[in-house]
Amino acid sequence: MSEEFLKINDLVVEYSSGGQIVQAVNHVDLTVKKGKTLGLVGETGAGKTTIAKTILRILPMPPAKIKQGEIFLDGQDLLKLPEKEMMKVRGNKIAMIFQDPMTALNPTMTVGDQISEVVLQHNDFTKQQAQERTIEMLELVGIASVRYMDYPHQFSGGMKQRVVIAMALACNPELILADEPTTALDVTIQAQVLDMMRELREKFNTSMILITHDLGVVAETCDDVAVIYAGEIVEYGTREHIFRNPQHPYTLGLFGSLPKLDDDSKRLSPIHGLPPDPTNLPEGCKFGPRCPECKGECGKDPAMVEIEPGHFVRCCKFAKGGV
Amino acid sequence: MALLEVEHLKKYFSVGAGTNHAVDDITLSIEKGHTMGVVGESGCGKSTLGRTIIRLLDATDGVVRLDGEDITYAKGKKLRELREKVSIVFQDPYSSLNPRSSVEATIKEPLQESHRYTKAQVQQRTEELMDLVGIEERLRLAYPHEMDGGRRQRVGIARALALNPQFIMCDEPVSALDVSIQAQVLNLLMDLQEQMQLTYMFVTHDLSVVRHISDDICVMYLGQLVETSPSRELFRRPLHPYTKALLSAIPSTDLDHPMQRVQLKGEITSAINPEPGCRFAARCPYACDKCREPQVLEEIEPRHFVSCCRVKEIND
Amino acid sequence: MANAATVTKASSVPKRKKDTQLRQITRRLVKSKTAMLGLIVLVIIVLACVFAPLIAPYDPNYMDYTSLNAGSSLAHIMGCDNLGRDIFSRILYGGRMSLMLGFTVAVVGMVFGVFFGCIVGYYGGQVDNIAMRICDVWMAIPGTLLAIVISSALGSGFGYTVLALSVSGLPGSVRGTRAMALKEREMEYLEAAKAMNCSKMKIMFKHMMPNIIAPTIVGTTGQIGGTMMSAAGLSYIGLGIQPPTAEWGAMCSSAREYLTKYPHEMLWPGFVILLTVLAINLLGDGLRDAMDPRLKD
Repeated sequence: MSEEFLKINDLVVEYSSGGQIVQAVNHVDLTVKKGKTLGLVGETGAGKTTIAKTILRILPMPPAKIKQGEIFLDGQDLLKLPEKEMMKVRGNKIAMIFQDPMTALNPTMTVGDQISEVVLQHNDFTKQQAQERTIEMLELVGIASVRYMDYPHQFSGGMKQRVVIAMALACNPELILADEPTTALDVTIQAQVLDMMRELREKFNTSMILITHDLGVVAETCDDVAVIYAGEIVEYGTREHIFRNPQHPYTLGLFGSLPKLDDDSKRLSPIHGLPPDPTNLPEGCKFGPRCPECKGECGKDPAMVEIEPGHFVRCCKFAKGGV
Repeated sequence: MALLEVEHLKKYFSVGAGTNHAVDDITLSIEKGHTMGVVGESGCGKSTLGRTIIRLLDATDGVVRLDGEDITYAKGKKLRELREKVSIVFQDPYSSLNPRSSVEATIKEPLQESHRYTKAQVQQRTEELMDLVGIEERLRLAYPHEMDGGRRQRVGIARALALNPQFIMCDEPVSALDVSIQAQVLNLLMDLQEQMQLTYMFVTHDLSVVRHISDDICVMYLGQLVETSPSRELFRRPLHPYTKALLSAIPSTDLDHPMQRVQLKGEITSAINPEPGCRFAARCPYACDKCREPQVLEEIEPRHFVSCCRVKEIND
Repeated sequence: MANAATVTKASSVPKRKKDTQLRQITRRLVKSKTAMLGLIVLVIIVLACVFAPLIAPYDPNYMDYTSLNAGSSLAHIMGCDNLGRDIFSRILYGGRMSLMLGFTVAVVGMVFGVFFGCIVGYYGGQVDNIAMRICDVWMAIPGTLLAIVISSALGSGFGYTVLALSVSGLPGSVRGTRAMALKEREMEYLEAAKAMNCSKMKIMFKHMMPNIIAPTIVGTTGQIGGTMMSAAGLSYIGLGIQPPTAEWGAMCSSAREYLTKYPHEMLWPGFVILLTVLAINLLGDGLRDAMDPRLKD
């Protein structure tokens, strides 16, 4: 039995912009087990990145506001920690990998110095020790130690993302938040980076939240999957649950939108319409207006229903006396 | 008959460090009403190839023929006629629309530029086009920033269709869109092709998209064509080592049949002052001395061409 | 539920009536408080200068020998200068010259700057290289010196002063717009225009230029104050606008000798210049934002 390493309870985050309230995250519950990877899947603006930034408490406040909720990391509520304690958590316990490796590195510092700076900040190392640790990390992600003194522009996109990962791993974090870590990379490079991340995770028993819109990446790297739509988790389960037995109409829509490599049917079956305007979410089921199964009776907010052990779906068709 | 024929097309750029062989000796042809997919990773020259074919860039060498007519160096009136026969849909729906032009003004512009229509005809055709690509009438005077990516891309498609072109270059038209919107736009493109007998060249890095929309596919690596074949055949039996690696790298949603991944070493280099011979050799698990010589595109199976000296040994 | 669908769709894209660009720009401008403040101050100053003959209590060149260097009083609310001329009256009359000079030079600079900047930025490469080297050489000659050379060769007076100041400021504004044109050049909509047969002229001036002008305006408004001071410099050495014609910059420079003893002679025209420049800058900032359709109204 794997322990619950990160537990998010009933998290609500809002943004206010120009007098309007944007509900970015609506009553989200999530659990990440020790050494496991949770995939957070959804489209642009669904609130994926907001969740990650809330965990790390790096949301700009204002305009963002955490309305309610708890985030337990190893039994400690991160939202109640004073900022000073939180600084120790960041980098040491939780590290974040951003989408764009091009902007995540300082162009005027050598990559080696950038990594050892992180190491020095979080440990009582001497300069010498920090350097050794940096070289160790670089080799771990497959970069030769001779490149310690190179500047970011001398690296290609895939190599830069490796540097970013090395930086994130430098302090042995227990939880990694990876926000679209391979979206900016080419497929063959993406494959290399994903394989490397998987190996490292197994080696150090690190937990991870992988944020992505690519179902293929999720299928290949995640243990559990949460599908998020308009700030709500609509389906949650193990990888097997989601990929073999998807139930929520939105999840089904995502699969239908995906061109298959082994299917010759000429037309895709996309989800109709557009994601809702976050300042003006529909009443009741947020997916209702686009849902092919909705017959206009999904007025009330559907609750999460456990349709098989560990597999939760937020849809009226499973609620008591459903559609 | 092939609508578009490209023979030994080359496009070199001079850069600080030497010459970038962005497109190096590419030969291909596209049948009328078909879609040719061009795949490759960033920097392989696929966009340059597309832009050179439709004359947004001037070729360094080679021949491009549209409907049997040499258009490689067309000028003046010929070039203007060509611009009405071919058009382009861009990747980035943010930068491909002028932020200061409304939807209507953007779609009208090619019609007005052709000087062949009266004001009333332009207006009527604009409305037809908006209807055709599914943009609501109330968005007529909206500006690009007021619309989502999918709608913006529809405006770009309407603009490309305005003058009834025969051939449309699609340069990564869906890669900036979310999956569900991407599927809507792909369906639209395929419906239009059927209705209007359009011929597409579809440049993308997304292999599942290209497989879905293309009849034929060519795979590029650093400016060179490494393999070209009918789409189904290519996915069923890739022959070139690079194609094999590329296809195996696609993350699959199929839990039952995980891909046997061909792991590549190293990084994509550049096409600046390349050595003669196969440019993939540096990362190729099968590389040998013969790979340093210039490679020939060979027809291994009917309509399946591969540029690799060891293709037969590897695939036995 | 069907209702909800239409509601969300409609709200994601605002409905738009037939609306001219100009009207939209005006509407957005009116909404900006700082821009309106700038506009109001500027209008007051301009009107005061235009109606100077009605407002001014004295003739600007009338010398009252009994009140040389006098401080503020009921008779002379801003005091008098070293020749006993009423400063308030001179500021009102001088504003006509200063404002006209500042605006003309700024507009001339902007028009030519945007024109050449567009061409240079559009072509890029060799054209850009040559144009920039010319600008470098041009800028290596101190602007004031260049203006002095031109003024002394052609003579003094309003027209020549405008010419002299515009010529010395041109390379700066070309450089500015060229940088923006180079950025805009990467945008695919220009390529799209090429693909639909637009001529180079059309691409440059119909597609590229409107996207460059807006940010240029702020830079231009910033130059107006500087221009007024340069004009003052020219008249100080006997070129440019000739005394006794009142002009803000000239008033400042002639008051320099008496700065320690009679600071008000310098402070009043200086304050008016400051106020004008500030108002123009606020307005320029607001105008740039108002001209950008990407910003919501």
